[in-house]
Amino acid sequence: MSDFAKPLKIALGLAIVAALIVVPMNFNRYGLFILSQWAVMSIAAMGLNLTLGYAGQVSLAQGAFVGIGAYAAAIMTTHGWPLPAAILVAIVLSFAIGWVLGYPALRVQHHYLAFVTLAFSTLAFLVFRNESWLTGGIYGISNIPRPHIFGIATNKPLPFYYVCLGSLAIVSLAVWWLIRSPWGRAFMALRENPLRAQSLGVDTRRYTLMAFAIGSGLGGVAGALYAPLTQYIDPVPFNLSLSLDLLLMVIVGGAGFYFGPFLGAMIAVLLPEWLRFTEGYYLMLYAIAVMLLLIWSPTGILGILDRYLAERRTKAASALRAVAKSRLETVQ
Amino acid sequence: MSDPILSVHNLVGGYGKMTILNGTTFAVPSATITTIIGPNGAGKSTVFKAIFGLLKLREGKISFAGRDVTNLSQRALLNAGICYVPQGRNIFPELSVRHNIELGGVAADKGLDLPKRIEAALDLFPALRRKSAQQASTLSGGEQKQLEIARSLLLEPKLVLVDEPSIGLSPLMVQQTFDILKSLRDRGVTILMIEQNARSALEISDIGIVLELGQTRMVDDARRILNDPRIGQLFLGGAMEESAA
Repeated sequence: MSDFAKPLKIALGLAIVAALIVVPMNFNRYGLFILSQWAVMSIAAMGLNLTLGYAGQVSLAQGAFVGIGAYAAAIMTTHGWPLPAAILVAIVLSFAIGWVLGYPALRVQHHYLAFVTLAFSTLAFLVFRNESWLTGGIYGISNIPRPHIFGIATNKPLPFYYVCLGSLAIVSLAVWWLIRSPWGRAFMALRENPLRAQSLGVDTRRYTLMAFAIGSGLGGVAGALYAPLTQYIDPVPFNLSLSLDLLLMVIVGGAGFYFGPFLGAMIAVLLPEWLRFTEGYYLMLYAIAVMLLLIWSPTGILGILDRYLAERRTKAASALRAVAKSRLETVQ
Repeated sequence: MSDPILSVHNLVGGYGKMTILNGTTFAVPSATITTIIGPNGAGKSTVFKAIFGLLKLREGKISFAGRDVTNLSQRALLNAGICYVPQGRNIFPELSVRHNIELGGVAADKGLDLPKRIEAALDLFPALRRKSAQQASTLSGGEQKQLEIARSLLLEPKLVLVDEPSIGLSPLMVQQTFDILKSLRDRGVTILMIEQNARSALEISDIGIVLELGQTRMVDDARRILNDPRIGQLFLGGAMEESAA
């Protein structure tokens, strides 16, 4: 089985990537917008998955970091700066603020930490809304340009979708590398037991701050793509509900699973759209589906798969034990 | 008895305003098993936290291999050769056996050949090698203890602080764990252990230390402590008489 599993996984991965490149060529403007939004939200959810799923630090502020990234990109690109420079600034800004927000996590945990980050989320929203000289206040910032990549204009929906997809690919590879590096293991050690981690020499203080900073930095990347995607931003999309939506994406997809955020973002962004045929009932159906899913599998969609694989491994181990036992009896 | 590899002198410290260690003083000879016993609240685990830099001391000095290591970071202590195995199950259940062992090298200095060390650790424990790709949570209790010990050996420590190694293990597994500790001692590693299961622990130990209310009440040959009638009195709840100090 394991001989086939790896090539099968690679083939499946390549097929999904090919489908993400080819299939949207026939999509209309709205379909491409929704798919681009999925890519952007997947990046933000991947950041939260690092902070929450891998390092175990609850955050209700990821939406605020998407906002910080979006405003940084909107302000810079409307003043003539290129988008890559804006993305860089968004990363640095979100990383630095995320690092500072990590300090309360050194003292408080779980729901107390959730409330600290919730307060930060509210604070960020008030800055977006009230500091009109910088953010345009309730009128927001409009006419946000889309970039030229290697001389190609991305004004149309399809080229910009490829910008979002390409960014998602880069972030995905970086996160893949990170969670497989000693850093990723240290994050998981921190989540499972900080004292044990410390006894192995993991600098829990530095890794806690890092978990917040890297997760927030990815929120900033998502925001810096969100601004040119919608080409208009105001404070409303970055209020607490975005943070809650991102939390939902991570938990529904499966916190601590690499592919969790992709699935979670798919459900949070695409499912409500697919359910539109039910007209007025679509949000109710969506809410019921999410509740049922979490009752059935509190570890999210990938938790179901994980449980299935664990059961199969247990059955295989039991079968091996039974064989060993019968051999022992034969020898005796 | 050989020279002390670790000496703690007049340690004073605790949690917040509560003082737990009240002038704790003792020395641990090299390549021995030394067991600290004492009633609940005596400060046994707190001493370990102080030695491993997890508790800031108000007073006192800790020397290791002739060097002052008071309040050093865990990374510095691990690189100096001290390793700490806290109470309870110390594995990371969701990670694989190999990844658990790898975590023992987080504090390693650059240039250390970690893959080679991991292979050497797996060589010592064949059961772990067979299950190296499995999730650590699927190991039996005894194998989990082996995993903890394999991980702690990755940086080739000179001193291992083991807090309650027998907790939650069956008598057979306790015996296996103690056998591993004895074999480490025979390879020149110093073991400093805390154990509620005082009789079994003292039977395999060279030195016994009795702590009470954060003070060292006795340091002696483990056999003599084992046979001391006052020890039973201490564990039955009464304080030791002053003459014992």
